[in-house]
Amino acid sequence: MKNRLKVLRAERDWTQAQLASELDVSRQTINAIEKGKFDPSLPLAFKAARLFDMAIEEIFLISYSRVINRQLFNC
Amino acid sequence: MSQLNKTTTPWKARLEKNTISLFLWTFAWLCTTALVKFGSKYLWDYDTYLSAAAVILNIVVGSLMILMNKRHLDSSDEMMKKIQLDAMAMSLGIGLVLGLSFQQLEAVKLISFQPQIAHLVMLMSIVYALAVLFGRRKYA
Repeated sequence: MKNRLKVLRAERDWTQAQLASELDVSRQTINAIEKGKFDPSLPLAFKAARLFDMAIEEIFLISYSRVINRQLFNC
Repeated sequence: MSQLNKTTTPWKARLEKNTISLFLWTFAWLCTTALVKFGSKYLWDYDTYLSAAAVILNIVVGSLMILMNKRHLDSSDEMMKKIQLDAMAMSLGIGLVLGLSFQQLEAVKLISFQPQIAHLVMLMSIVYALAVLFGRRKYA
């Protein structure tokens, strides 16, 4: 799952540690989410959305092509 | 964003506190395990009541260590929990599969020595430690 966390954080001039502190997770977790290596839980995604005052889907972007492929072509 | 400048969050402080508690209870459990093993031999000459008391103490302290481990996991963030869960799955799976295979080696005369529970504990510990390291690298 892709996300805009790094961009949004940079726009506000926050460090990973500051964002981690605000979301009550470790800096490593923020780093892994930003790199797309770890998908956050729904509560954490909601928390991030509330912090940035945005909708979840404006921050976290699912790869629709894969989902649609799976649904349409069962692959 | 009033709290963006805070350095130690309640979550981080709780994790640090629980990590120290877990370390202390693990050390206490280790001490009581040593007491059961060596106390009966060197301190009370296999006195039944003292040996039973030492075993009960070992179980009680061990149970508290398990509770502390659970509390430590509960206070970890979701990625840490995922790393721990993966490591525990690997440790349990490999421990079970290789442990049973290893135990059968003696039965089918492929090894001459008796497999010990300590071998299984060592294997599971090594697998667990390696899996945690691998998990941290994976998400780094």
